[in-house]
Amino acid sequence: MSLPDALGHFDQFGGRFVPEALHAALSQLEGEFDSAMADPGFLAELDDLRRNYAGRPTPITRAPHFSAQCGGAEILLKREDLNHTGSHKINNVLGQALLTRRMGKRRVIAETGAGQHGVATATAAALFGLECRVYMGSVDTERQALNVARMQLLGAEVVAVEAGSRTLKDAMNEAMRDWVSTVDDTHYLIGTVGGPHPFPKVVREFQRIISTEARAQMLADFGGLPTAVAACVGGGSNAMGIFYDFIPDADVELFGFEAGGEGVETGRHAATISAGDIGVLHGARTYVLQDADGQTIESHSISAGLDYPGVGPEHAWLANTGRASYEPVTDAEAMDALQALTRTEGIMPAIESAHALAGARRLGLRWADQGRAGTILVNLSGRGDKDVATAIEWFGLTGRPDLVVGGLA
Amino acid sequence: MTALDPRLGLSGRTLRACVDDHRAALVGYLPLGFPDVAGSIEAMRALCEGSDGLGVDLVEVGLPYTDPVLDGLAIQHAGTRALERGVRTRDVFGAVEAVAATGKQAVVMTYWNLVERYGPQAFARDLASAGGCGLITPDLTPDEAGEWIVASDEFGLDRIFLVSPSSTDARIASTTAACRGWVYATSVMGVTGTRTTTSSAAPGLVAKVREAAPDLPVGVGLGVSNGDQAADVARYADAVIVGSAFVKLLIENDRSGSDDLSSLRSLVDDLARGVRSQSTSRS
Repeated sequence: MSLPDALGHFDQFGGRFVPEALHAALSQLEGEFDSAMADPGFLAELDDLRRNYAGRPTPITRAPHFSAQCGGAEILLKREDLNHTGSHKINNVLGQALLTRRMGKRRVIAETGAGQHGVATATAAALFGLECRVYMGSVDTERQALNVARMQLLGAEVVAVEAGSRTLKDAMNEAMRDWVSTVDDTHYLIGTVGGPHPFPKVVREFQRIISTEARAQMLADFGGLPTAVAACVGGGSNAMGIFYDFIPDADVELFGFEAGGEGVETGRHAATISAGDIGVLHGARTYVLQDADGQTIESHSISAGLDYPGVGPEHAWLANTGRASYEPVTDAEAMDALQALTRTEGIMPAIESAHALAGARRLGLRWADQGRAGTILVNLSGRGDKDVATAIEWFGLTGRPDLVVGGLA
Repeated sequence: MTALDPRLGLSGRTLRACVDDHRAALVGYLPLGFPDVAGSIEAMRALCEGSDGLGVDLVEVGLPYTDPVLDGLAIQHAGTRALERGVRTRDVFGAVEAVAATGKQAVVMTYWNLVERYGPQAFARDLASAGGCGLITPDLTPDEAGEWIVASDEFGLDRIFLVSPSSTDARIASTTAACRGWVYATSVMGVTGTRTTTSSAAPGLVAKVREAAPDLPVGVGLGVSNGDQAADVARYADAVIVGSAFVKLLIENDRSGSDDLSSLRSLVDDLARGVRSQSTSRS
């Protein structure tokens, strides 16, 4: 039987833990999604948008110089950074924007951490003529000011959330509160494979294009399936996208790399599966960073997009069944990988994606120790332009020229 | 409806007794742990008594939670402070005992993860032994309530689920069928917080609930802040639920460093008069 089941469960995970006020809208979304996915007209329009608006299919790029640092592994990059708006987030947003129009709603709201999903949502709202409001924790509006401005240029209203830890989870709370009050004319365009049913399924199916393309590309152009697939995991949408069509390929290992922040042992991290417990957060049962009473613990990561104390319920299920493995990657490891890829391949990844690169490098070195070799397909989920300010601070860059010439002393 | 209907559970009988007395019941919410645990219990006692001994008929003891998606600013603020000041889940049982000691009843309103973490069976056991009546669960609907239904049956506790103006007839039927005690009708599409006008959707929603479950009292919450509004709601509902208006007074106290509960008691008096100024539609 395919998962989730009719109630949105992946065995014990998932479900619909939301106020009754939202049940009607979730059921409407579920019905509309099912009918849309069976409607050739909807699928043709989505396909056209993917090709001619977002720029799909995205290529797979060999990374030979970076691979040289990775022991026994050849690293291949699925280039989601080349999508319009700079990350995989557009895949989901285009699908849900079409659903919004199909449901006759005129307004979308979204939560965002790094701002990538917010920018993608604002983009689709501009394209479809929808009113758009994006909730963002005030910690994140500060560290991602460039993306705030991008959303505003696109015509969206950006609301900074001062509640709680002032990051992604609090932006989600606020979006839920908005939705409870405005559900008649508003669609909540969730950006990850989390939240109440049917969001984990809807977002997975719209992100699944990543692995559908990548699997065919591997077979056609790279001589077969990869040994392993690697992705970063915050809520988990890019990881679910690149994992999904490989799940039936039992020989392909799946690795999710969570944000280890300053180190899991310090308590300042966002490694939900590695260090969390099963609980209910934002509408689903999944792994959650929580204290002894079940209060959510604030997560920490240099990457705003991974700074979330929960994870999509299907990842919890993949972890529990052992089909996928999840490991933490620290801020320092990720930033080191970011610099390495940028310097060796001329590709500057988002800090989120740099977690996947650092994890893949660790995996390749581990394989070398074990006398193994293989190919690792890494989902390069986004580009790093938005992270330059963070990089300036981390690497102690000055942003000043190395040399000044042409002036008369 | 018979007074001994087992579906009235514990708190439903109290609400039913008010209806038999030709008035709506008054249900008051306060968050545990704000301004601190002892202060919140004092405020709950004040809720039970008012200044003239009438007080509320039922206290909702709210458990603060880090991610309260159905709460407006006032309750969020109080909950955040309560957590900062160290409130724990286990403190709820002392608060319930304190309410019960005044002769009034208490139900606990909580987001589900706190109960899941404590263990639904253990929570039901400890709540029952503290003299509590049951749970109101804003983010747990009967769809996901299997464990809670088993635990509440084992310990004879009420389970008060919410219905909303957006609920379909089928969901109103299935939700009320799973309730014991009474039914909580959220009168507006929105989060908790006082409003200058109460909802126009509420009377229709109450009528639908009564059609689906004629034996269960219906409480209406979200928006009531004074005696006149309480009287309006009392025209059509069996219970009037008030929360944020009380919490705002406690926030004012906290800001000014006062522990004087006289304004809280006065509001209770005003609301208690409000629910007594109308004959309910049931009578």
